[in-house]
Amino acid sequence: MPANTGTPLVELRDISIAFGGIKAVDRVTVDLYPGEVVGLLGHNGAGKSTLIKCLSGAYRADAGEVFINGEKVEITNPRDARAHNIETIYQTLALADNLDAASNLFLGRELVTAAGFVDDARMEAETRKIMARLNPNFAKFNVPVSALSGGQRQSVAIARAVYFNARILIMDEPTAALGPHETQMVADLIQELKKQGIGIFLIEHDIHAVMDLCDRASVMKNGQLVGTVNVADVTDEDILGMIILGKKPGQAA
Amino acid sequence: MTQSAQQTARDGKDGNVLSRFLKATEIDTRLLGMVGALLLIWIGFHFYGMMKFGTGAFLTPRNLWNLSVQTASIGIMACGMVLVIVTRHIDLSVGSVLGFTAMIMGMVQVRWLPEVFGLGHPMIVVLTILVGLVLGAMVGALHGWLIAYRGIPAFIVTLGGLLVWRGMAFLVARGETISPVDSTFALLGGGPYGSVGALGSWIVGAICCAGVVFLIVNGRSQRRKFDFPLRPVWAEYFLAALGCGLIVGTVLLFNNYPWPIGIVRQYAAANDITLPEGGLFISHGFAIPVLILIAVGISMTILMTRTRFGRYVFAIGGNPDAALLAGIDVKWVTVKIFALMGFLTALAAIVASARLNSATNALGTLDELYVIAAAVIGGTSLAGGVGTIYGAILGALVMQSLKTGMVLIGFDAAIQNIVVGAVLVLAVYVDILYRKRSK
Ligand SMILES: Nc1ncnc2c1ncn2[C@@H]1O[C@H](COP(=O)(O)OP(=O)(O)OP(=O)(O)O)[C@@H](O)[C@H]1O
Ligand SMILES: [Mg+2]
Repeated sequence: MPANTGTPLVELRDISIAFGGIKAVDRVTVDLYPGEVVGLLGHNGAGKSTLIKCLSGAYRADAGEVFINGEKVEITNPRDARAHNIETIYQTLALADNLDAASNLFLGRELVTAAGFVDDARMEAETRKIMARLNPNFAKFNVPVSALSGGQRQSVAIARAVYFNARILIMDEPTAALGPHETQMVADLIQELKKQGIGIFLIEHDIHAVMDLCDRASVMKNGQLVGTVNVADVTDEDILGMIILGKKPGQAA
Repeated sequence: MTQSAQQTARDGKDGNVLSRFLKATEIDTRLLGMVGALLLIWIGFHFYGMMKFGTGAFLTPRNLWNLSVQTASIGIMACGMVLVIVTRHIDLSVGSVLGFTAMIMGMVQVRWLPEVFGLGHPMIVVLTILVGLVLGAMVGALHGWLIAYRGIPAFIVTLGGLLVWRGMAFLVARGETISPVDSTFALLGGGPYGSVGALGSWIVGAICCAGVVFLIVNGRSQRRKFDFPLRPVWAEYFLAALGCGLIVGTVLLFNNYPWPIGIVRQYAAANDITLPEGGLFISHGFAIPVLILIAVGISMTILMTRTRFGRYVFAIGGNPDAALLAGIDVKWVTVKIFALMGFLTALAAIVASARLNSATNALGTLDELYVIAAAVIGGTSLAGGVGTIYGAILGALVMQSLKTGMVLIGFDAAIQNIVVGAVLVLAVYVDILYRKRSK
């Protein structure tokens, strides 16, 4: 468990965003330290995905500030986020269905030859390498990802986030479509990335996975932050209580 | 790249001889279907003519050469339409933009520049083409900007454009026909002088054959370098032979169409050649507009399959949100796509007005239908994300074959329109069926 002193890797401060009058995220503050996994929890529609999209550049927050290594940054589009080494696995996976795994993995960051043409062969070779690590059973390299199973598609999305040496990784329900074996592999991967000092925001509904993988957990309800707890200090019952009742443990009901 | 060719090629180990053959050569079944349809149209018109008039006029060097020239303008635009439709847009304005840019180029070379440089000055052609291409790209960019940055659907922007640019084409010269065009400019439209002749065609053919062999050898060495599965050697030889055979056959065909006697006499008189008895056999060979189409086809194929821009076009078509989240500047790419469409439309305008030796304000009317039909017949899906350049060019050839064939057997414009309209709807329906089946 890292000692959370010094400057956080990421700090989202008082982030708010509304869609047509509905406050999807309402003045939420969370932070993340290097080598730490912070779980984001909450019921469906609590605002978890919306919050992290303000960090990944998919949305622009209506109000609030983002700090990276203590410095205030403006993230106005996904390219800005990538420039800060923020990689995201979206809940929707965000894959171009008509392209193959390699084209998706390198989308927006294609490898090119000396003449400036896309180097499909090298990209496929790299994709084969990383998939061998993440999902050794994966063999469908030459078909559009629309022809892949949900879990295979998820593997591609994970590979894309991991390949580019992220310092900050956002995983929005990364194992939702995975089988038990593949889920375990993602858990191992998270442990490994943690050791490398990468900070991870993990959105996850499975409370046991949260207890296993996360150092801290931030719980949201109706767009607001219920609270953040050290996972080591609480039980899964406590966290479930926060999600359902919207109260921090110990607070009067 | 992800192409259904590879998909069908690598799936399914067994099957009958035909499917094994297709798998080994990685030939797209859809391509086969298109070629089949084309042959059917050609043979159909030929035999219909034979029955009706006693001689089939379709499968002759003369008609096929003319067909190649007439296909050029639609084919050039169809290449651009692939990008537009792949990104889930549409461009209904190409026919009008063609008319407008042709009209401006007509004015530039006939009315304006001769006053500056004097008639026949070489700068006239250069400047005319430059003005036309830049203007076309700007019109397209304007469409793209309205669509991408102002959020107006492409359907509406270009439907408006259909009327606006046709109206502009009329206003430029108050509906007058501008002719004749500059004599050098006219070469770009084909004709005996606007063709490269027998030797030139053999040179073009040799370069194309070398290209085919290079692609096959290079593709194989790339696959070997990364240990990817290789095609069987016989399949490589077969593809090389097929490609080169088609090229040589085309050269022979076009070289077999001689200049008309009148032109030969004129040429002989101008060059002090005494005509031998029985006349001179001077081959047309490839017409310049056909070479332009080939060059556009090759460049656009490279653009679509080998560059980042092409990759982004497909990604936007497959999933615009994903493309955005991957950091692609979707709006800017959209502007570039429409600018490219406008550029190619202007290029088609050069070919069309040069061929006609004049610019009229009606030039290009209904071309949008032919161009869209060409792209769709060629396998570009209106659902987005899928399409090929070679398919669109083949589609243009199919559409032009229909049109030429109907003219040959004496169908009037009304029936031609009915057929083209019906074929467009049918092509989309067939595409939908095809995709359902291959899901
Ligand atoms: N683009 C949008 N337009 C309008 N409303 C939105 C949009 N995105 C999210 N919302 C709304 O914002 C709220 C929060 O949604 P969000 O996707 O962040 O929930 P979540 O916590 O990720 O839920 P889940 O666990 O189901 O993924 C919901 O009420 C949702 O309807
Ligand atoms: Mg969510």
